[in-house]
Amino acid sequence: MSTTIPRLERPKQPAKAVKPGTPATSQTASGRQSQRWLAWIFLAPTILGMGLFTLVPIAASVVLAFFRWDIISAPTFVGFDNFAEVVQDPTVRVSFLNTIAFVIVAVALQLGLALALAVMVQEKMPAWLRTFFRSAFFFPLILSAASVSIFMRYLFNEQFGVVNWFLSLAGIPAVPWLTTPGGSAAVVILVYVWQNFGFSFLLFIGGLASIPVETYEAAALDGATGWRKHVYVTLPLLSPTTLLASVMAIISALQVFDQPYVLTRGGPGDSTRTAVMVIFESAFQRLEFGEASAIGVILTLIIMAITAAQFRLSKRFVFYQ
Amino acid sequence: MTTTTERVSTRTPAVPARSRRKPNWNLVLRIVLLLIAAVLTLGPVMWTLSTSLRSPSESFKLPPSFFPWNPDFTSYAQVFRQLDIVLLVLNSALVTGVIAVGQMVTAAMAGYAFANLKFRGRGALFSIVLATMMVPVQVTIVPVFMLIRGMGLSDTLLALILPAIPTAFGTFLMRQYFMGLPTDLAEAASIDGASPWRTFRSVYAPLAVPGMAIVGILAFNFHWNEFFRPLIMTISEQNFTLPLGLVSLQGNLGTGSISVVLAGVVLSMIPALVVFFFGQRALQDGLTAGSGK
Repeated sequence: MSTTIPRLERPKQPAKAVKPGTPATSQTASGRQSQRWLAWIFLAPTILGMGLFTLVPIAASVVLAFFRWDIISAPTFVGFDNFAEVVQDPTVRVSFLNTIAFVIVAVALQLGLALALAVMVQEKMPAWLRTFFRSAFFFPLILSAASVSIFMRYLFNEQFGVVNWFLSLAGIPAVPWLTTPGGSAAVVILVYVWQNFGFSFLLFIGGLASIPVETYEAAALDGATGWRKHVYVTLPLLSPTTLLASVMAIISALQVFDQPYVLTRGGPGDSTRTAVMVIFESAFQRLEFGEASAIGVILTLIIMAITAAQFRLSKRFVFYQ
Repeated sequence: MTTTTERVSTRTPAVPARSRRKPNWNLVLRIVLLLIAAVLTLGPVMWTLSTSLRSPSESFKLPPSFFPWNPDFTSYAQVFRQLDIVLLVLNSALVTGVIAVGQMVTAAMAGYAFANLKFRGRGALFSIVLATMMVPVQVTIVPVFMLIRGMGLSDTLLALILPAIPTAFGTFLMRQYFMGLPTDLAEAASIDGASPWRTFRSVYAPLAVPGMAIVGILAFNFHWNEFFRPLIMTISEQNFTLPLGLVSLQGNLGTGSISVVLAGVVLSMIPALVVFFFGQRALQDGLTAGSGK
């Protein structure tokens, strides 16, 4: 995970502070002193806020995972009991498996679709048309997942939904989208991908724009056209972007909540219950805060492990220019 | 559509141009596929808008409507009757506005400190700030909820505002922004005898406004649409924000009338649409900032 940080923070130009030969006036003792004061004053709101609302809560979450607490009575230390219970709880297990299956399918669809569309948009085409497609694919990102899920619920309704109406035109009988486990899972995935592929699309557009035109010209001289051009030039040169897009897509898919909550409330049965949904339910519906924290800690460890594994793997497959 | 080949932009010739006279079937096929994707992307939203403009009794009728031929605004009137939408909008606007302004100011200050000021522990502190970006909100939500409760702020709008103001991503964005500004400005200012505070206020802060706008637009878009935290932090309906109110409207109605629910959805989208039209570029740049392009 630490490998992102140097990449992300690579400055566009050297910072003033590390630049040698800064005029002597700013190097005076009082100058440095007042810089330091100003720095701490400027940082105070952010650092205090993050400490209070992120760092302390992370620590508290880890501690809380070892206690049984329902807010009303005093917390009691239970060691690893919460973890043991959570791991054996069939609902928790199913929801983690659902989440993993969701991540695999949704991220594959999202990245595949985004890459295909980005390649198609990026090639020769009138500028106004390219702008139109970019805006169209970006559009769902500005909507709230809750509103999107509300109207998608109607579109996928079994009797009067538009999706089944179109299918009926093709002679396909009504699909019970939201009342069967498979159908619900499919709808949650489709709605999530519909809303989020635009983000990966934007990343790929940026990545494609950074591939030098000369590379394609050289490939064309060697006789690479059509598919071969993409397989041998675009894909390898795009691999850093693909890594970034997949890390971001996976992290965000692991936290899916709004869509399944509004579309299906996790049902039918537990078929669309996700990891975050069981955190929410055990904490705020059953008041088992220790258990909820334990699930949260497990989810965080999974996210960290996956991110680390991706960067490990990427050393073998990502090609930097 | 074949005529479009004539107007090919000369700026981005990814492939050597072929003969312009023959219809370019590759381009035609690509545009057809892209149009299908665009219709599938925009279609559900068009249907939402169009159906919200049907009368409640017509809203279930098939074939579906994709263009509002005779708009009927009764569903919109119904939304105002069934839902205190003015209050929801005010709540959402207040929460989102304060968060956006708060993030713009604090991120600009912290970003400036990380980019332009020297102090001990700068690198380590910045790494910590970046690392907090990786922590999902769901993991900290239980302790944050307790904390808010302990501060006596549960079920208030402040419970939504305060934890959202410190922003790791905004700080990162502003730091990048300040690093992109020329350093000679600070040198010139310090030669003129300006204090670091004066240099920030008169030289860098005015230049940072476009960067701050990106932070503000991103914050607006994210928090206007936020569902998870408001669902947990607010209990009484007078503190609901729009997404929460809409979900409860849908619950109240069951499957009673689609057009009323959709009218509510459309109303909630209006501010997002305004931001889309005026801030699209900034939003796209902000979302992909740091992707290293």
